[in-house]
Amino acid sequence: MTVIEKSSLIGRRIAKLDAPEKASGQTRYVHDLDLPGQLHGSILRSARVHARIRRIDVSKARALPGVHAVLTAADVPYQRPLGVGKDQLPLKGDKVRSRRDEVAAVAAETVEIAEAALALIEVEYEDLPVLTDPSKALEPGAPVIHGENLAPPSPHDSLKPGEPGDAEAHRHNVAMTFDYAQGDVAAGEAESDVVVDDWFRLHYVTHCCMGVSGVIAEFDRSGNLTLHSNTQVPFLHKREFAEILGMDPGRIRIIQPPIGGGFGSKLDIYPFEPIAVFLAKATGRPVKLVFSREEEFVASPTRQPVLLRLRSGAKRDGTLTFRVCETLHDNGAYTSWGATTPFVMMQTISSLYRVPHCSYHTTAVYTNNPYAGSFRGYGNLQATFAVEQQMDELAEKLGIDPLEMRLRNAQEPGEVTPQGMHFRTCGLRQCLTTAAEASGYREKHRAALAAQKAPGHRKRGVGMASMLHVGGGAKIYPSDGCGTILKIDDFAHVTLMTGASEIGQGSETVLAQLVCEELGIPLDAVTVVNNDTDITPWDVGVHASRTTFIGGNSAIGAARKAKAKILAAAAKVAGVAEAELELRAGHIVRAASGEALMSLAKLLRSLHFSDKAELVMTTHYYEPPSRHQDKAFKGDVSAAYAWATQVVEVEVDTDTGVVRLVKVTGAHDVGRVLNRLGIEGQIEGGIVMGQGYAVTEDLIVEDGVVRNPGFRDYKLVTAPEIPEMDIHFIETMDGEGPQGAKGVGEAPAICMAAATANAICNATGVRIRDLPFTPEKVYRALHAAAAPAKAP
Amino acid sequence: MLRLTVNGRVHEVDAAPGATLLDVLRNDLALSGPKYGCGLGECGACTVLVDGVAARACVIPAGGVVDREVTTLEGLGSRDAPHPVQQAFVDEQAAQCGYCLNGMIMTTAALLARRPRPSDREVREALSHNLCRCGTHVEILRAVRRAARLMTPPSDAQR
Repeated sequence: MTVIEKSSLIGRRIAKLDAPEKASGQTRYVHDLDLPGQLHGSILRSARVHARIRRIDVSKARALPGVHAVLTAADVPYQRPLGVGKDQLPLKGDKVRSRRDEVAAVAAETVEIAEAALALIEVEYEDLPVLTDPSKALEPGAPVIHGENLAPPSPHDSLKPGEPGDAEAHRHNVAMTFDYAQGDVAAGEAESDVVVDDWFRLHYVTHCCMGVSGVIAEFDRSGNLTLHSNTQVPFLHKREFAEILGMDPGRIRIIQPPIGGGFGSKLDIYPFEPIAVFLAKATGRPVKLVFSREEEFVASPTRQPVLLRLRSGAKRDGTLTFRVCETLHDNGAYTSWGATTPFVMMQTISSLYRVPHCSYHTTAVYTNNPYAGSFRGYGNLQATFAVEQQMDELAEKLGIDPLEMRLRNAQEPGEVTPQGMHFRTCGLRQCLTTAAEASGYREKHRAALAAQKAPGHRKRGVGMASMLHVGGGAKIYPSDGCGTILKIDDFAHVTLMTGASEIGQGSETVLAQLVCEELGIPLDAVTVVNNDTDITPWDVGVHASRTTFIGGNSAIGAARKAKAKILAAAAKVAGVAEAELELRAGHIVRAASGEALMSLAKLLRSLHFSDKAELVMTTHYYEPPSRHQDKAFKGDVSAAYAWATQVVEVEVDTDTGVVRLVKVTGAHDVGRVLNRLGIEGQIEGGIVMGQGYAVTEDLIVEDGVVRNPGFRDYKLVTAPEIPEMDIHFIETMDGEGPQGAKGVGEAPAICMAAATANAICNATGVRIRDLPFTPEKVYRALHAAAAPAKAP
Repeated sequence: MLRLTVNGRVHEVDAAPGATLLDVLRNDLALSGPKYGCGLGECGACTVLVDGVAARACVIPAGGVVDREVTTLEGLGSRDAPHPVQQAFVDEQAAQCGYCLNGMIMTTAALLARRPRPSDREVREALSHNLCRCGTHVEILRAVRRAARLMTPPSDAQR
């Protein structure tokens, strides 16, 4: 008798399934794909920040040998508005509103010919007054960015685009507003013993995906469109392409080649993709359009820049009393997802800690600046930067230890916040104590305070910050679900067709793991198909840290249906009750003894090649039990919430202003660790991204122009600056999560800037509320004394 | 016509004047291991070995490597027979999106060829101009140490 012991893949260190092909150079990113007959597309962007287009002459470009098409707005009368705000056409006809604006496009036999053709296009502009300071957008007489009665979306309407909106608000440069309130702020303020009131300035950074933006568009002989696209939202994209192009969505197929980084940048539809389609249509040839790095800096989205005022109060014992947050979001020239970051920001303001009274207001305004999209953390880095600095400020004013201050106001499991979020599991308290203990926070904090005035120019300090983020999807669209199709062949090999996209985060591996866990098969018996809308079932997209949770539950659902079918059949063959059987290592076994009764492959063949001729194929659609917010922004939008605390230890050189990150200690409530190797990578990678946001990265935009569109002048963190990292996992075993897990993708980036600010203050006694902490800024702050940042 | 030796094979290439080594490798020799990341030698995604030394293919004219040995990621090892550096990167999960991996692996291979047991500082220094946006640096640094152990077991290093 062969006995097969019970074993589990959960929590193990499993290398990504796609790693061997990536490490050997076999992965074919969109940049590596070439289709027969393919032409190369290139876009002419605006030479002006804000101007009327008086005349475009493309005759010389058209005459250049090797050029197959030159298109301007006049050549594509059928184009329709695109993006979150539906406030721009792919090719601009009458007016340009930013330097990234698309004025003309070329398809040619080579990239070089396409670029030469662009240089031959003559554009005559008439300059318009420029608006690049968002705080001046609402002043009387401010230049009007959108005057032409395109629908301005309210936050709710933005999700059902195309509705007519309030043209009046548009004329006054207001793109969106958000208002949220809970309790009675005045009453909260009246019972406060201390109040802090500060302005925080959050800067531009950009995604810097190592693989630049790119797409290939092709029409087949029947007029069906195939897009090889890096989108993170293939099914939403498909629908939006159909609208923009006036096509039947059923005739659009999106294939997602492996992607050289996403981080939220590919959540919206941008003009270059429809332009590639226009070029493909005009030429009858596949058209590949790939950005240069400079173009990527100028014409891909940024993180949302925010000017934020926060007032918070507390009682003498540290209990929070109220919070008032007002923000000005610089939308840039068009509305993409950046403008909607208040959805997330207000959650942190209202619910990271228990605050009885709270109000939140955002005005998002149009300017002639680059426009902001979604970026890992989605506004939460900005909100946490303010909230967590004020937690330290309040603690200092009250003479309370910052850790104690946070513990006193920490959310607990079971809490339903005034905003309607239900924290079924909540590891915040454990995150706080674990991160503090592992880092020696209390002792180091005290020691640094005592050493602030000591001689020497190298000052050490520690800072702490916590975060709350959705960890079980986010019900923003009509559905927040994901579909799975699972088939098992005659050799017990599983093909897992999932709507959930792989963007490097390792979802393919985790989903395979979850299926193997249910079906008792080895990892190499699974093939994951996740990149073709003609094959995979619907999914809302890779965002909101949702893929493991939503895609995982969907995969488990399909696997459980397959397992039930297999065990029912096995029970009949073996003459054993179903409940006494299990699947292990590709066999049907007795659950109690582990005795192998038959191989899974043999059972599957006996089902297939029988009178009934049955195959094991299942489908499952998982919709999380979350709810849409109401018009007041209240509602339990996620099926689970993720928590974390990070402690950052810095060394500040007071002679140079250089801030060095020495160590980051993180404690993350991840529900449960599914793949230890994968989750460590996600967390450590997020920390590095948060470090860049805090210390090195700064997209300099002056008068609407990006001044540092290259890696020489835009500093990403590299190997010498990587701090020591000590990561702890708090396993709260979420009841709704797949095997107990919660989402984690965005969480690690969120605390870093706030914790670094607190650490710098601990080291030097100077609080800086303006990112990033470049040597110059820190030096000025230290030596020009600690004047608080002023509102403009 | 240029005569180039790439991954041990001699190729005759009709490269456009001014074509970079990266263009020729990707477009003429169908080697897509080296990646375009910036075109200015600033990100490292295009790194190849020229006579065993790490070099940025996006800023080297193809004509500049005649009579030299060029090695790309494909020439280092394959999926089924990986070079120890490639294997170490897989085992330590030093790939998320994987786009920077070519440069990280080639730079590491060059480093370990000249310094079989580099210090942590030397490793960080060697990789200081290779960008990775997924922030996989912790795993990459671990992979370099693992590769060093795989290639030069402690007993050999002591000799």
